[in-house]
Order: sequence, then C-alpha cells, then structure tokens
Amino acid sequence: MNEQVKIDIDRAERTEKLQGMGCKRKRVEDVRFTQGKGSYVDDLKLPGMLFGDFVRSPHAHARIVSIDTSRAKALPGVVAVLTAADLKPLGLHYMPTLAGDVQAVLADEKVLFQNQEVAFVIAEDRYIASDATELVEVVYEALPCIVDPFKAMLPDAPILREDIKDKMVGAHGPRKHPNHIFEWQIGDKQATDDVFARADVTIKEMLVDHRTHPSPLETCQSVASFDKVKGELTLWGTFQAPHVIRTVVSLISGLPEHKIHVIAPDIGGGFGNKVGAYAGYVCSVVGSIVLGVPVKWVEDRMENLSTTSFARDYHMTTELAATKDGKILGMRVHVLADHGAFDACADPSKWPAGFMNICTGSYDIPVAHLVVDGVYTNKASGGVAYRCSFRVTEAVFAIERAIEVLAQKLGMDAAELRMKNFIRAEQFPYHSALGWEYDSGDYHMAMQKAMDAIGYKALRAEQAEKREAFKRGETRELMGIGISFFTEIVGAGPAKNCDILGIAMFDSAEIRIHPTGSVIARMGTKSQGQGHETTYAQIIATELGIPADDIMIEEGNTDTAPYGLGTYGSRSTPVAGAATAVAARKIKAKAQMIAAHMLEVHEGDLEWDIDRFRVKGLPEKFKTMKEIAWSAYNAPPPNLEPGLEAVNYYEPPNMTYPFGAYFCVMDIDVDTGVAKTRRFYALDDCGTRINPMIIEGQVHGGLTEAFACAMGQEIRYDDMGNVMGASFMDFFLPTAVETPKWETDFTVTPSPHHPIGAKGVGESPHVGGVPCFSNAVNDAYAFLGAGHIQMPHDAWRLWQVGERLGLHG
Amino acid sequence: MIPGTFDYHRPTTVESAVALLMKLGEDARPLAGGHSLIPLMKTRLASPEHLVDLSAIEGLRRVEVEGNDVVIGAMTTQHSVITSTVLAELVPILRETALVIADPQIRYKGTIGGNCANGDPGNDMPALMQCLGASYQLTGADGNRLVPARDFYLGAYETALEPGEILTEIRIPVPPAGHGYGYEKLKRKVGDYATAAAAVVITMVSGTCTSASIGLTNVSETPLWAAEAAGILVGSTLDAATVDAAVAAAEAITNPASDMRGPSEYRTKMAGVMLRRALERARTRAIA
Ligand SMILES: Cc1cc2nc3c(=O)[nH]c(=O)nc-3n(C[C@H](O)[C@H](O)[C@H](O)COP(=O)(O)OP(=O)(O)OC[C@H]3O[C@@H](n4cnc5c(N)ncnc54)[C@H](O)[C@@H]3O)c2cc1C
Repeated sequence: MNEQVKIDIDRAERTEKLQGMGCKRKRVEDVRFTQGKGSYVDDLKLPGMLFGDFVRSPHAHARIVSIDTSRAKALPGVVAVLTAADLKPLGLHYMPTLAGDVQAVLADEKVLFQNQEVAFVIAEDRYIASDATELVEVVYEALPCIVDPFKAMLPDAPILREDIKDKMVGAHGPRKHPNHIFEWQIGDKQATDDVFARADVTIKEMLVDHRTHPSPLETCQSVASFDKVKGELTLWGTFQAPHVIRTVVSLISGLPEHKIHVIAPDIGGGFGNKVGAYAGYVCSVVGSIVLGVPVKWVEDRMENLSTTSFARDYHMTTELAATKDGKILGMRVHVLADHGAFDACADPSKWPAGFMNICTGSYDIPVAHLVVDGVYTNKASGGVAYRCSFRVTEAVFAIERAIEVLAQKLGMDAAELRMKNFIRAEQFPYHSALGWEYDSGDYHMAMQKAMDAIGYKALRAEQAEKREAFKRGETRELMGIGISFFTEIVGAGPAKNCDILGIAMFDSAEIRIHPTGSVIARMGTKSQGQGHETTYAQIIATELGIPADDIMIEEGNTDTAPYGLGTYGSRSTPVAGAATAVAARKIKAKAQMIAAHMLEVHEGDLEWDIDRFRVKGLPEKFKTMKEIAWSAYNAPPPNLEPGLEAVNYYEPPNMTYPFGAYFCVMDIDVDTGVAKTRRFYALDDCGTRINPMIIEGQVHGGLTEAFACAMGQEIRYDDMGNVMGASFMDFFLPTAVETPKWETDFTVTPSPHHPIGAKGVGESPHVGGVPCFSNAVNDAYAFLGAGHIQMPHDAWRLWQVGERLGLHG
Repeated sequence: MIPGTFDYHRPTTVESAVALLMKLGEDARPLAGGHSLIPLMKTRLASPEHLVDLSAIEGLRRVEVEGNDVVIGAMTTQHSVITSTVLAELVPILRETALVIADPQIRYKGTIGGNCANGDPGNDMPALMQCLGASYQLTGADGNRLVPARDFYLGAYETALEPGEILTEIRIPVPPAGHGYGYEKLKRKVGDYATAAAAVVITMVSGTCTSASIGLTNVSETPLWAAEAAGILVGSTLDAATVDAAVAAAEAITNPASDMRGPSEYRTKMAGVMLRRALERARTRAIA
C-alpha cells in the first residue's frame, strides 16, 4: 500500500468515527422513545400533587348570568374552584397574547367560543376533578354569534370583544370596526394597480386555506409547583419556547425571573401548538401559588383540538397580472384573516400576518401589494404556524394555486410558466417586491431535476390519453398532476425586524468540553421530536473533531440552558445551529493556542485535520482534541485561563430561504370522490445537509401532515358556532395505510450567510406539500371546466364537484 | 375523556350475569370488548354505575356448525371471526366484513356479540346479519328466545333486548355452496365507521340470479335490509337496467344523517355505489 492511500484510509476512518455532518447518524433519542422510556409532563408525579380540570362553555357566544360552584366545592376531594372572580383581584383573569391582545384566562362576563374555559376545578385526583366540573352550575344567556369572518365587520354584527370595544387603535394600528383587529399593508399599491390596469391577462381567485389544527400526539399540559418558603415557582410544561414562557410568567405574576424555573421535558410533537400560553398553564400556576402544592393540568384530545390554538383560516383573494406570453408583471392579494375570539397568533410581534409577504414565491414579480385584515369571530383563538414559519404555508398556497390558475387561463403548461418566471440563479441575493432578501437558490436546476425524475412529459401524455378515455366513458378515473415550487422563509430572525414581546429572536449554544474530551452542550431551543440531540452533536463533532457519541445535548431547562427563543418556524438549525458552530469555533481557536504550546510551535504553524491540530508539513506531529482538552484544564499555556468552553448568542444577519420542487400524481374515483395518490416526489434544497436520514424523516412527516391538511383535516363550525369533529374519529390524522409513499430527492445550495450553510428543513415539506396536493386535485378536474376547487379535498367535497359538473349521469 | 364512577362485576355464568343485570336494573350494562361502550363512558355520553363483564363466562366463544346453521358465541372476537377456518369456508362474507371493521387492535378486543347488540347504526355486523338472515339468541331470566336480526333493531341504540337480557349466540343459516358475496365499505380511513356500506349475497343459476339479499350499513337510524332492491334482482341476469332499478330502490329506503363523512345526499348515493360494487363482486364470485 502506498503512503498516500494509507493516509487517505486513516483520514476516512477518523472522519467516520466522528459521525459528524453529512452522516446518517441514528437518532440517539430514539433509544428511549422506542422503549417507552421518554419522560413527558404527564409522567411527572409529585408528592401531594392535585389535578385541575376545566368547566367549559357549551355556547359560542353568551353572557354569563351566574356561576354557582357550591355543589362542586362540596364534593369530597375537591380542593378549590377558580372562576374569573377569583382571578380578577390578582389581575389574572386576562393574560397578554403574543400578538399584543389580551386573552381571557377564565371567562369574564361573556364566553366567546365553544369550550372556552369558564372555571377551573382543583381536586385530589383527575376523576374527582372531572366529576366536579359537572357540578358547577353556570347560567348563560345565549347571544347571536359570528362564524363567517366575512360577516364580522357588517354594521349590525354583534360586538364580540366588549372588553376592548372603545379601543379603536389596536396593537397594530387603527381598527375599522369593533370586531376588526388590524389592517396590515405592504408593497406599492399605486404601481401594482397600474400594472393590473395595463396587463394583457389577469386572474383573480378567492383561495381559502381553511382552519385546521396542528394536533401533536401529546396534548398541552403543565405541572406548577410553588414553594411558599423560597418563593420559587417550578413549572414543567409542553413548551416549544421555555425561556420565553419564563419571561412571560415573570411579567404576568410579578415573580422575579430567577425564582422561576421552567422545564420542558420530552415533548410529543408541537407543530406550533406549544408556542403560545394557555389558560391551563396559568390556572395550574395560580392554583399552586394559592394552595402551596403542585397542580397538574392535562388537556384531553377534544380540548386540544377545540381550544388550544388553531392554524390557518386565511381567506385570500389572490390576483396575478401577466403578459399574454406568460411573464408575470404583478401580484395583488387581500387576506381576510379569521383570528377567532382573541388575537393570540404566535408571530414575531411586529408581524401581525407573519411572513405572508413571502407570497410572491419563487418568481421574479416586479411589483406587488398585500393587505391583510384580521377579524374576531366566535371561534377558538390561535393562528399558530402549523409546521411552518409564520403564515408561510398560506403564502405559498396563494402563489402556487394562483400560478396554476394563470397557466390555465393562458393555456400554458404550468411547469413551463413557472420556469419562465423563476428568479434566476444569478439574481441572488434577490430583493423581492414585498421586502425580503432571498439568500440563495438555483430554482431552474431544481425544477428541471424534479421534472426529469418524475418523467413529467410522459405523465402529461398519459393524462391526455386518460382524459380522452374518460370522455369516451371508458374509465371513471381522473388523473391529476400536481406541481408546487416553494420558497420558504425561516430562521427568525434578525433583531432589526424580529422580536417576541420585545425579546430579540436570537438563539444560543453553550459548549463545555470536559477534561477527558467528552462534551456537554446546552441550547436555547427545544426539540419536540426533531432530533436535536442527534444533529447538534453532529455539528460539534465536525467542528471540534470529537465523536458525536461523546457529546451530550441538553435543552429545555431554563436554569441550565442559555436563553433562547425556542423551536418553531424551522429556526433551530438556522439560528441555534449557527450559534453551535460559532461557539465551537471559539473553542477551536483556544484549542489551537493550547496545541501550539503543547507542540512548541507557533499557532500559525498548525493546521486542522479532522480531529487534531498538526504541524504543517509534519503530519506525525499532532495533538488530538482529546489531548488538548486534558491540557486545557491541567497544563494550559501561561497567561491562558484553564478550561475549554464557550457560549454564543447568535443573531442571524438574515433569514434563510429553503426551497423545493414537488410533484404529485393522483387518481380520483369520480363516483365516490376518493382520491388516491399514485406518486409523490419531493426535491428539497435546505442548503448544507447535517443528517440525511433525519432530513428524510422530517420530509416524510411534513408531507404526511400536508397530505392531511389538503385532503380532509379541518376544524369546522356549524352556524351556531358548535365545533364539529374535534376528535380523532373525524379529525383526519392519516394512518400508515392512507399515507402515500414518498420519493425524496435534493439539491444543495448552501446559505451564504450561515456559518455552516444550513437552511432548515422541518417545515418545507408541509409548506410545499399542501399546494401540491391541491394542485393535483384541481388539475384532475380542470379540463372539465371545474374552476378553483377549495380545500379540504375530502371525498364528499370532490363528489360534489363531480355532481356540479354533471359527471354522475 | 375521564369516565364517571362505576362498579365492576365479573360473573362466570350466563345465569349469574342475567341475575346481576336484573338486580342492578337500568344502571347496569353488560361489558364485552368495551370498544363501543368505553369510548361512550369516557366522553360521559354513557355513565353506567355497574359494568357486568361477560368475559369470564365459559362457552360464549364457540364457533360450531349445527345442522344448516353456524352458531357463533357472542364473546367471539372480531379477530377470531377473521381467523376461523370454518367461517372462512362456509360464510366467507363474515371475514370480508370483519376485516374492514376498525383496526387490528380493536378487533382483538371487540366481539361479534357486542357489535350486534350495541345498536349503533355505524356497526358493520348488523346489516350483514340482516343480509344473511341471522337470528340472535337472547338469554334472560325466563331463558332463551330467538329474534331475527331483521326484527332486532328499533332505532339508534334501541334494540329488542329486554332489561336483563344478554345476547348469547348468533345463528346464521349457511348460504348455499357457490353463492356470490361482497361487502363494500366506504370509509375515510382505517378505524372509521362507514360513510356507507353494502352487504350482498346472491345465488346464480345459468346466468340468472335465483336469490339475493342486501343489507346496508350506516345510512339510517338502524341497519337496513333492502328487501325490495333484492327482489328486483331475482330472476334477472343482473343486466344494467335491473341493477340500476335495484340501486334506486335501495337508495330510496336510506335516510342518513349529515355528518363529517358528508351530507345526507352524498351518503345515500354512496350506499348506491357500494351496493353496485358489492353486487359486481358477488357476481364474479358466484358459481353460476
Ligand atoms: C376507533 C374505533 C373504530 C371502530 N370502527 C368500527 C367499525 O368500523 N365498524 C364497526 O362495526 N365497529 C367499529 N368499532 C366498534 C367496535 O367494533 C366494537 O368493538 C363493537 O362495536 C362493540 O363490541 P364490544 O365487544 O367492544 O362491545 P362493548 O363496547 O363492550 O359493548 C357495546 C354495547 O353492547 C352491549 N353488549 C355487549 N355485549 C353484549 C351482549 N352479549 N349482550 C347484550 N349486550 C351486550 C354493551 O352493554 C354496550 O352497550 C370501532 C371502535 C373504535 C373504538
């Protein structure tokens, strides 16, 4: 064996041992999860712990005439019953929302949505608490309710929020009606209107991204334990952002922040549901402070689906203007946003409609104008980012449906129309008409790769034949081809425009190398299943040359972890991942000084080689990171303090912009409306890939949720404001049987401003998937003149399309 | 999702179970697999004070042939229905139906007796039992009586069971060798009750349909035996016009509620589509 081959083998072996970036490392957290050994909030049992349960409103809108808790209090085992009257003296009957509104903790005078929290029963066990809720007697006087957001601002609409009815300026400017929350405008209205006035072709479509719910398998829950002697509160809970929760609890309760310990243990999925603060958290805290013993609150499935937040409910009138040969000239969007009873959207504070202004998508659209009106209705509040950055799924749905509508009007192929309008690779960094700076991309390459992989041309030919066969009555199946080319905006975000309640949206990592060369790293983020314990370790492994298996990642305890803004909006890798790399590099710089001292050379004489510093030109003279760690503590160079650790708080200079090209082939049974996904191909570009297996898992999960949203999942209300189908019998959570088979692929366009070039991937498949499914359905019926078909595309609704088109004979 | 308080009883004989039910009266309910009853209790739509668990009673799990009938003990699980070779050979539509009920976990616990006695129009077995002309043996303080499945269902959760009575056995006349059959169910996902479903059993002689029976699931307050529709088929070659007429007759007797599975008119039409498809499968299976 020649010398060079030996060296190469040695280096390959050392690299493999690290299990660093780019390697399909198995998820370390799965060892406990797959054995049922995870530790969740509801696993917590504390001595003397009590249980809380809510009395909830059967009405969508009603005045509370009286509440009688005497029978409930008399039930043996009941310790206390809280109502708004008890919270009022503490100023806790309302709590601030992330969106600058207030939200009732326990209903005060009125209830504003069905299942709203009216009283909180605290008892010795869960069963007694539940029995006692039935004994609380509440007399209501029903009021007319608003279910349709388009009726919220009618002159004679009932006023929902009497608590703020005279406040004509809200957190985001003037309000036009007592049921109006905000109007948010961006873009050049005049220039956009001019383009529409002159354009050859325009389209206008009302696109509804319907109300649904993130529905993590673990519902929201908390355990509060107040130590009256120390005056300290420990709060365990399902928190995607534990540090922010601590700050908010401190601001609301007046307890100093250092006397509050917030702990988020293992979390069984979040998808945005666990970003906000809920009445249950507050009531468990109040209960524990008042009673001096721990109080647990665990919501059930129906409570989760019907009260703790919702997602979407955007009604988007979307317009495009184009030349007759298909060059898009402008975009105009008006959104009516149904926020429910309180504005509890979980967006960065300055963004009442999230990043909806990413709605120009992947296209070079010269001018655009967007207006969003938020209104109150008698529904649960929330508006959380369900597996997406803030309102990005809505934005991508608008542009990706609209471009298909335009393609149809132009008689152009929808893929070709996209190709014609993509931002070109050389245009990056690209400044969009609505104010974003896209960091990097090569859309044409990604689209071409996807079209070749799926065999786009052949599919269109097959579809043409099938359509003819359908017209001849030889088949009862319609074939649809769905396309979606999305650009996301994730990794919030730069302090100049991103904060939550004034807290800038940085994130953090603290890495400590022990004398023997193993590592603990603590993060400001909080995994809910994303595999942080696996991937952050891989970043450190590559940066510091320490095997990933020797690195422990810890999150979720505000006493030990550095402050961070948490995990949502695909921000963990773009922000905390960057902090990890930067902190590691600080350590590496110190390690180099130590190595130089050990090898008695100048720092500049050293070069990094996988897991060691070696003397340039003398590869046999080296010190491994493990050796350096020992020296760092026990024999540091003179004038250098001992130890080997670093902290970084990373404030990103820009967002990252992952993108992807998705294709779906669907066959629809016209007689039942049942749609079958034959193929789904997803090409994702998330920049540098840290763990391909985790990426693939994230894509599978995100696509499955996208499939659910597009094909049936919804939170529906009847005319009386009764929430329908808030259980897993009706709420569509696909099982392995319904879920299509996913084909995944990728291109790699690193982010130029991120230390390791990574962009984030957890949410892309959801964002890109929803319009892809909807486009497939729409494409299937398009040749029959169906017009735009609204989601969700469950069987009965598709059957109704067939009925409307006279396809059932 | 937290049930109210209840007492639990576990008798070992039918007699003692009946005696307990008689004694405890309205506040007591038999418990079989629990996969209909316990969800109702968890949502407090049912709050029985006593559960009389039938699972320790010997002899309620037999599957045997008696003369021209097969007899299935009430506590036979849906899973056992699927794996029984006797049933697969003699009444294969039972297996086809059981396979589309709920999911495997539920079928390990859920019983055929509970499915038939429950009285929920969403249950799949009742319409099939009507289609097959099955009878239920009900055991009460005064002994046994046999009630045809076609007479058993009075309304949603209302059945011919008298207070204290237990469904102990199901008796199914074995359909003739060479019969054609099909159970077609439209559902939104695994574990869902039917949007609509149809059970069909026919016999064909030289290309002519000589007998037919049709049951419809979840398209009314009760399971439906579509006698008129079946009558239209008999004597025909199952030609398109006849099938259309039978489907129309079946749709005419449906009265489904609008729910999250779809509006009433959709579910009626789906009963028709399921019937058409079940019939087509039955035809291809029938040995004419
Ligand atoms: C998620 C889910 C999905 C489901 N999907 C379907 C489906 O698609 N199709 C379907 O048919 N079913 C479905 N089921 C119901 C399931 O099949 C039940 O097991 C069945 O309906 C009842 O049988 P059981 O043995 O569980 O009865 P239990 O739940 O124990 O009892 C049901 C009722 O019948 C009474 N009862 C039980 N046995 C007797 C008896 N021998 N004599 C008198 N009364 C008795 C009980 O008192 C009770 O009122 C589903 C259930 C779940 C939880």
